[in-house]
Amino acid sequence: MQGPILILAEHLRGDIASLTFEMLGIGRKLADDMKVPLHSVIFGKDVAPLASQLGVSDSVFVLNHPQLDMPSSEVVAALLKTLFEQKNVSLVLIGGTNVSTGIGPKLSFRLNLPFVNFCRNIRVKDGLVSFTSQLFGGKILSDVRLQENRGVVSVYPGSFPIDAGKSDRKPSIEMLDLPLEETKVIFKKYLEPEAGDIDITKQDVLVSVGRGIANADNIALVNELADALGGALCASRPVIDQGWLPLSRQVGKSGMTVKPKLYLSLGVSGAPEHVEGMKDSGLIVAINTDPNAPIFGISHYGICADLFDIVPTLIEEIKTHKSE
Amino acid sequence: MDIFVFLKMVPDVVEELLIGEDGKSLDTQWLRMKLSDPDEHALEEAVILKEKYGGTVTVVAMEAPEVEEVLFTAIAKGADCAVKLPGDWAGIQAPAIAKLFASYFSLTQHQIGSETLILIGSQAIDDLEGEVAPYLAEILGAHYVGVVTGIRLDEEKKKAIVMKEFAGGLRGEFELPLPAVLGVQAAEKPPRYVPVAKVRSIMKSTRIETVDVSPSEIISGLSVERLFIPEVAGKAKMIEGPPEKVSTQIIEILVECGIIRR
Amino acid sequence: MIIEMDPVTINIFGVSGYILLWIITLIAFGLFGKRIIAFIKLLLRAHPENRFDQLGKRIRYLITFVLGQKRLLHEYVIGIAHFIIFWGFILFAGTFGWNLLKGLFPFLPIPYADEIGIIRIFFLVFSLLVLVSLVFAVIRRAFFPPPHLQQSLDAFIIITLISLVVLSTLFGIGFRAVTVGQMEASLNPADNLLYKIFLGIPIDSAQGWHHMMFWMHLLVVLGFLAYLPYSKHLHLLASPFSVFFANIDRAGSLDVPGSKNETSAGASRWDEFTWRQLFNTFACAECGRCDRVCPALTSGYELSPRMIVHHLKEHLMEAGLRSKDDKTSEGDGLSPLIGKTVSVAELWACTTCYACMERCPVFNEHIPLIVNMRRYLVAQGSVDTTLQDVLTKMSRYWNSLGQSDRVRAKWTQGLDFKIKDARKEQVEYLWFVGDYASYDPRIQNITRTTAKVFQKAGLDFGILFEGERNSGNDVRRIGEEGLFEILKEKNMQALEKAQFKMIVTTDPHTYNTLKNEYGLNGTYQIKHYTEVLDKLIQQGKLRISKRLNQTVTYHDSCYLGRYNGIYDAPRRVLKTVGTKLVEMPRNRSKSYCCGAGGGRIWMSDQPGIKERPSESRIREAVSLRGVQALVVSCPKDIVMFQDALKTTGNEEKLSVKDISDLLCEAIE
Ligand SMILES: Cc1cc2nc3c(=O)[nH]c(=O)nc-3n(C[C@H](O)[C@H](O)[C@H](O)COP(=O)(O)OP(=O)(O)OC[C@H]3O[C@@H](n4cnc5c(N)ncnc54)[C@H](O)[C@@H]3O)c2cc1C
Ligand code: SF4
Ligand code: SF4
Repeated sequence: MQGPILILAEHLRGDIASLTFEMLGIGRKLADDMKVPLHSVIFGKDVAPLASQLGVSDSVFVLNHPQLDMPSSEVVAALLKTLFEQKNVSLVLIGGTNVSTGIGPKLSFRLNLPFVNFCRNIRVKDGLVSFTSQLFGGKILSDVRLQENRGVVSVYPGSFPIDAGKSDRKPSIEMLDLPLEETKVIFKKYLEPEAGDIDITKQDVLVSVGRGIANADNIALVNELADALGGALCASRPVIDQGWLPLSRQVGKSGMTVKPKLYLSLGVSGAPEHVEGMKDSGLIVAINTDPNAPIFGISHYGICADLFDIVPTLIEEIKTHKSE
Repeated sequence: MDIFVFLKMVPDVVEELLIGEDGKSLDTQWLRMKLSDPDEHALEEAVILKEKYGGTVTVVAMEAPEVEEVLFTAIAKGADCAVKLPGDWAGIQAPAIAKLFASYFSLTQHQIGSETLILIGSQAIDDLEGEVAPYLAEILGAHYVGVVTGIRLDEEKKKAIVMKEFAGGLRGEFELPLPAVLGVQAAEKPPRYVPVAKVRSIMKSTRIETVDVSPSEIISGLSVERLFIPEVAGKAKMIEGPPEKVSTQIIEILVECGIIRR
Repeated sequence: MIIEMDPVTINIFGVSGYILLWIITLIAFGLFGKRIIAFIKLLLRAHPENRFDQLGKRIRYLITFVLGQKRLLHEYVIGIAHFIIFWGFILFAGTFGWNLLKGLFPFLPIPYADEIGIIRIFFLVFSLLVLVSLVFAVIRRAFFPPPHLQQSLDAFIIITLISLVVLSTLFGIGFRAVTVGQMEASLNPADNLLYKIFLGIPIDSAQGWHHMMFWMHLLVVLGFLAYLPYSKHLHLLASPFSVFFANIDRAGSLDVPGSKNETSAGASRWDEFTWRQLFNTFACAECGRCDRVCPALTSGYELSPRMIVHHLKEHLMEAGLRSKDDKTSEGDGLSPLIGKTVSVAELWACTTCYACMERCPVFNEHIPLIVNMRRYLVAQGSVDTTLQDVLTKMSRYWNSLGQSDRVRAKWTQGLDFKIKDARKEQVEYLWFVGDYASYDPRIQNITRTTAKVFQKAGLDFGILFEGERNSGNDVRRIGEEGLFEILKEKNMQALEKAQFKMIVTTDPHTYNTLKNEYGLNGTYQIKHYTEVLDKLIQQGKLRISKRLNQTVTYHDSCYLGRYNGIYDAPRRVLKTVGTKLVEMPRNRSKSYCCGAGGGRIWMSDQPGIKERPSESRIREAVSLRGVQALVVSCPKDIVMFQDALKTTGNEEKLSVKDISDLLCEAIE
């Protein structure tokens, strides 16, 4: 790898996406290992103030333009191509999210460079970069390499720690002046999630409660945990039956099938009807007093303990963690 | 309107996935193929659009085990024409697939114009080198939007108004002229059920067309070093200790996975 | 004085009674016949079904269920009243016909019926009995109506008419007694009694009254005859036929003649049903017995088997009677049945538990009706998402759990002996294990236990491993006929390759379809595992080493009990292992469905139901004194009841056990 690494900073409605920090973190490490500079670029309308948050990169390129409010993938791909060539970039990291879909393939097509999808890990060994992609929803991992370490990589959200991507350092900011390609793909408006209860199938973090919750009064406690994690509550059928949570929160065969990044299960035994609705979640952590509860059979991490011992401490720690 | 739906078969993850002897590909002996989920939605959306706006739906798929059944089912659901591209396409990746699909148009002399709408599942579980739709859009010079969850046409049927899913239920509305390639994430309604009897009778009464496409040499700059099964699959790693210690560990894991930030 | 006893010879308003009688009779029979012919024409235009086989059995059914009124006696109070009214009706209708014949053809060398002494005695006795029954029926209807009894004007009209028939007879023979005088009256106890009661009436006016009663009786009965086929009381006429055309010995089969395509298309218009299915509507008395036992309705689901029949009748009367002979109702602009009067939710709510059909006194067949309409929904692709998911899994992996078909026999891995592969070596018993028993982690243990018991008894058995597929029983009841056909084909292919003498199944649902729908029954015996266990015990192949001092209750699963009449084998096993069996109030053929059948286990609950059938059943079991375990013999029951134990909060009070578990404990 000769040239610098470029990160496309992702943001939505004035907020930098946490995935951007994941990319910055791993990008920094990679850049240091390979002894190349790390650049990041942010496109958008009124994005200049966001640039200062990208201090982990050596320099930040900013293109601020009213037409760049939710630009189409072809516009971004064209800009990135220009930048890639101008700055002699080797590797581009793009978020593997809905917001950025299509940019990577388009860029790789235009640059005639390979594209790596679903990247969950990046390692350097003997000057060679190896990318680990997850295939088949995580059932198989694949180690791949790029010729001359050049290409476009789509980073799978939730793969890298966020902290490493944060810094108070002020990066050098370069305002770009690139010609905008005319596009006919026009962003019209945001469509807010429909009113009514939240859609648990669309949540990244779900805290799931089962009969171990014992009674309705304890819902408040777990709700606090869900809030702290920035997620939502869902439940097994008996909890819904009791009317402690609305039917729209039921996970399982006769409820919703969910695939959040984190499924934190509290006092759920893991009956097949329940498991059917959540087994493909990214990370499953279960708390249950019964060491033989079937839920542990499909979880990534298990804690054999009373949920009422863990949850309050966990809430505290998350809060302190956040405020740190 | 001419709606084209390109379908792709992917390994069925209900079956155990094993790594082949070369360590770089799946063991085909145990592989079973099924239609990629988002492709099923793309097909559904196509049929919904046909019902709403008229036109024809053509489904095109690369040859693969069990693909005939998928194509017949597509006809049973409302597609007008099903096309198979014969060949051994095992392990083929998006850039090459897009070329194949594009060559379908040139070979059959289908005009791509302001009547053409191409729907493809937004992303497949084995899209290691990216999604097919944006590549195809690049080759055909058509406009593209991905992660689409709803499609309308404007009054002249010249523009598509599409809904794209962002996150957490937030969506955006985009407008783009035809011809367009759309990566469909979810159809407006869940894919319809077709009774077995209907598929069976279609199998007897309909024929699947074949179009011979020649594989184009694509040299990818990407090389697969190895495939492996992640170790976490199986039983949960147990975290032990007093609540404080457990909580700290949980947080570490969540931070590690980018779920919570500081 | 010569008494003119023949009422037909008199003149009424100057017209000869004889002529008048002919006119009235022709009008009444004309109206009656017109309607009946219209009905028969409708039936002829419906789909065919053979109900003319097994004539001997059909006649026996007539005797037991029409003459003997057996099913009505399930609800014995009103049953007895109905019994009396029925026999009174036979008596009155019979003698009426006789009198009419004599009236129309006076030259016949027979007397009027009431001129025969013994008949007058019957008249007196039955008149009084019927009157009492009618009073009782009115009081029940008016003040203590059972749930789901259709209240209608019709019912009161009919009761009035019957009363008039009875009263006119009673008074007729009373006046006759006065007319004939004391001498003759004293020869017959009935006359004697009536003579005394009617004594005050002068002889000459008594004769007039007697004639009047004759004519009144005649008018009422002929009026009744004309009115009958236009009212719900068509059941009086239709029910004997309905019983005669009952689905004898084929409870467990939904086989229908006709092309496969036709069958899988289902029915939503009257002429898409079979004639027997339409006949339901003629026979229904709207008594509500079916509703009263329906678990779906009881749980608060939107379903009433009675109303399904009723709505079909309305549809038939509207669309069918109005449609041209050569045209179907389509194009007549008439409303379809499904989605209009019969709701989609209602059709999916049925668990196919057979309780309604078991109870219906006229042998109406609700399940074929419901399944036929479900087929229509499936053909339209109108299935709820969870159900669609299961059907899709089933057609891909051949099991409802959506797991790989290659791991079907993975449960055998936990055994310390090898189970024979019936595809490779000959076995005596081929064990058809079933989906839940093979795949569900909660059931696999029980399946292994059953295997161990079989092994211990030295049973020569094997399984089909991956060759086995879901049997399709529930798929068929969902209405996915095409998928059922494929499943059956695949299983038949696997069975053909295997060598065995008998089939034993775990799941009663599987048992039902293998036995009744696979056409295997002639070649092989099909047994449920409880039957096999029972037999092994009786043959002394399983020695009980430990008597279990437990008090248990037993749940009869629908497909074992009501569908196939297996009630005793499991009970004998329970007795042998030393448990004390306490029956639930709803036991044997009255057993209450767990709610899983007919594909319900794969559908979501309707919102707002009162309680699930399984919960009602758990509460029933828990209410029994001293009962520690609810014993079942169906894998789906384990799933349903273990869940209901949790949702009703009864885990501490009761456990759900499979019969194999108990047996294994007792022989260890
Ligand atoms: C047809 C059908 C459809 C169904 N559909 C669904 C469905 O869609 N979704 C669904 O969820 N279920 C469904 N079920 C129900 C399912 O079978 C289970 O009954 C249900 O999932 C169990 O819920 P649970 O885990 O909350 O309760 P339980 O199984 O009772 O588990 C409670 C768990 O909490 C643990 N616990 C208790 N106290 C504590 C504590 N203080 N701290 C930590 N752990 C504790 C216990 O050890 C136990 O493992 C269905 C059932 C049927 C029959
Ligand atoms: S169907 Fe049978 S049980 Fe039901 S109301 Fe009619 S006659 Fe009574
Ligand atoms: S079969 Fe059972 S659930 Fe269905 S209508 Fe009859 S009684 Fe009700």
